[in-house]
Amino acid sequence: MAIRERMSGNEAVAYAIRQVNPDVMPAFPITPSTEIPQMVSTYIANGEMDTEFIPVESEHSSMSATIGAQAAGARSLTATSSAGLALMWEELLLAASNRLPLVLTLVNRTLSGPININCDHSDGMGARDTGWIQIYAENNQEAYDNFIQAYPIAEREGVHLPVMVCQDGFITSHAVENIELLEDEKVKDFVGEYAPEEFLLNPGRPIAVGPYAVSNYVMEAKKNQEIALENAKAVILDVAEKFAKISGRHYGLFEEYRTQDAEMIMLIIGSAAGTAKQAVDELREKGAKVGVLKLRVFRPFPAEEIAQALKNCKIVGIMDRCESYNGNGGPLGSEVTAGLFRYKVMIEAVNYIYGLAGRDFTVEDAKSVFVEMENAIATGVLPKQYQYIGLRSQEAER
Amino acid sequence: MSDYSLKEIMNKPERLAPGHRMCAGCGATIAVRAVLRGLHEGDHAVIGNATGCLEVSSYMYPYTAWEDSYIHNAFENAGATLSGVETAYKALKKRGRIPEDVNYKFITFGGDGGTYDIGFQSLSGAMERGHDLVYVCYDNGAYMNTGIQRSSATPMYADTTTTPVGKKSDGKLQGRKDLASIIADHNVAYVAQTTLTSNFIDIHKKSEKAIYTPGASFLNVMAPCPRGWRYDTADIMKICKLAVETCYWPLFEVDHGKWSLNYEPKKKLPIEDFLREQGRFKHLFKPGKEELIAQFQAEVDRRWEELKYKCAQ
Repeated sequence: MAIRERMSGNEAVAYAIRQVNPDVMPAFPITPSTEIPQMVSTYIANGEMDTEFIPVESEHSSMSATIGAQAAGARSLTATSSAGLALMWEELLLAASNRLPLVLTLVNRTLSGPININCDHSDGMGARDTGWIQIYAENNQEAYDNFIQAYPIAEREGVHLPVMVCQDGFITSHAVENIELLEDEKVKDFVGEYAPEEFLLNPGRPIAVGPYAVSNYVMEAKKNQEIALENAKAVILDVAEKFAKISGRHYGLFEEYRTQDAEMIMLIIGSAAGTAKQAVDELREKGAKVGVLKLRVFRPFPAEEIAQALKNCKIVGIMDRCESYNGNGGPLGSEVTAGLFRYKVMIEAVNYIYGLAGRDFTVEDAKSVFVEMENAIATGVLPKQYQYIGLRSQEAER
Repeated sequence: MSDYSLKEIMNKPERLAPGHRMCAGCGATIAVRAVLRGLHEGDHAVIGNATGCLEVSSYMYPYTAWEDSYIHNAFENAGATLSGVETAYKALKKRGRIPEDVNYKFITFGGDGGTYDIGFQSLSGAMERGHDLVYVCYDNGAYMNTGIQRSSATPMYADTTTTPVGKKSDGKLQGRKDLASIIADHNVAYVAQTTLTSNFIDIHKKSEKAIYTPGASFLNVMAPCPRGWRYDTADIMKICKLAVETCYWPLFEVDHGKWSLNYEPKKKLPIEDFLREQGRFKHLFKPGKEELIAQFQAEVDRRWEELKYKCAQ
């Protein structure tokens, strides 16, 4: 029987960590992910799990130690947010290129400056090209479910890549919601034992990790890593299918909400998808053909699947909770439009930047995006292709 | 260790195989081999390594010179990386995934760049947390891998590529940071400073002690670099001897907070004897630079007196 509870996103992830009971967790506190290592430490202090916790002196060291532990043969993880992830940057690349199936639970928070502790996706998106698998959650339930699926994805043969499990800072991490938890034994069985083929602490079979390589070898290593990331797509779906059997909850690369006959689709990541769905429900009442495509897996990027899902609509509003400073749109906007072009899905697309540093994204905001898209279809005049919504003054947009 | 036999120790199987790409006469590899001889036969080890000469020359894909498991992660995080490995060992041992009779020891090597400077925080964290590992700095007093730039371990007045001697420069302005003392102030299990001496007894004893003392240990090994210091490659042992006899590089240890001097020269040699052998100090021997040598000598004397005071407590 599933366990019905009320929990915050951080509590849900900490609960999942306790159930998985990994071997090693180095961590350093940073708002809003701090509660996760705190809760894990408390579980350990109370004898409810026996993971070895390392209270390191920085996030750079937390990822470094996680890499060391994982290479040694221990199932390892860490948690962080924002500047913590930025400080790990070099190590993120090493975790992926050393093909270590470790897990990072990221509580998304904006990056400085100005310094601010609230949610946007600039941390995760900034790490989008580090070779990690990235899975984003809409709510506490998904944060919990995604964490439980993380190791089975990461450790699968043909993948062997690190997984970043992301949830929105404060909105998800600190808000308490109803949640359905799995029994400990079910989680343990689902995740299984970690049995690496090669690891440092393997007596009689020493290995070396982290070579210098000359140009003759590096390109092949990079290509192999890229193939592994492509392989991850099918594995993510396979793990989701197995997870559905124990939980009754179904996951894909993305979720399509009322998109079947939609002419206008909002493509969005994370907690704001809930807001967008509410707007869709209200607009549908009035007969508008609107829907939401909520992206769950950002890496590997399901470009072809997204293009197929969008091919029957007239216009897509691509919502970025992140500025990428490329002068041409947000990261999601750039990748989705590139994907549409590659798969010859020639619909209209508008890229909106919203909700930076915890700025509210309301049902009214979501509706205004649909209204603007509707006008574009009706008049044939497209709105500005790359724009901010929810700014306090239009002055700032000039 | 009255039963120390140089011959016996030198005949132990090498744990760093020949065929690596370090320079002929490099002090680092001599230091590494000496440290690894401190491991008891039958014990396994995981070797860590900060980015540097040693790393790029000993593990160039697809070849490794290391007989033991080895991990290089990045330049600035050898301390944290080995913290993770050592903790994994604890976790796997606890959970019965490593046989009880199998022993692993954890030793990481970094140059002074990776240790004194960019990896300082990571080292400090690993030491303070008391992981059961040994961090070995092979201190050659500059960033040799990138081409002899100054580090905080570079001695005063040394000519390096970022403190070049010129019409308006006598080389590096600052004295070297005393890292062994800083790590001792972390109150770790064992800290020692050593170098390559004629019978290798000092480095051998200290390595064995560092490896087999439970808790965090730090070894600071002066490892001359013929390229950076500009001396004749064959003279490495002479250079090391002069460093010790002039008290530029005293041999001492701090065992659970207790400071001991391991060698006191009968007649302390003047610092010129050490400096004169090295091209990086050539400019100090030009007319009119006598005062600089006097300052260098005064600094060596001050530090030596301070060390003797600590060891007499």
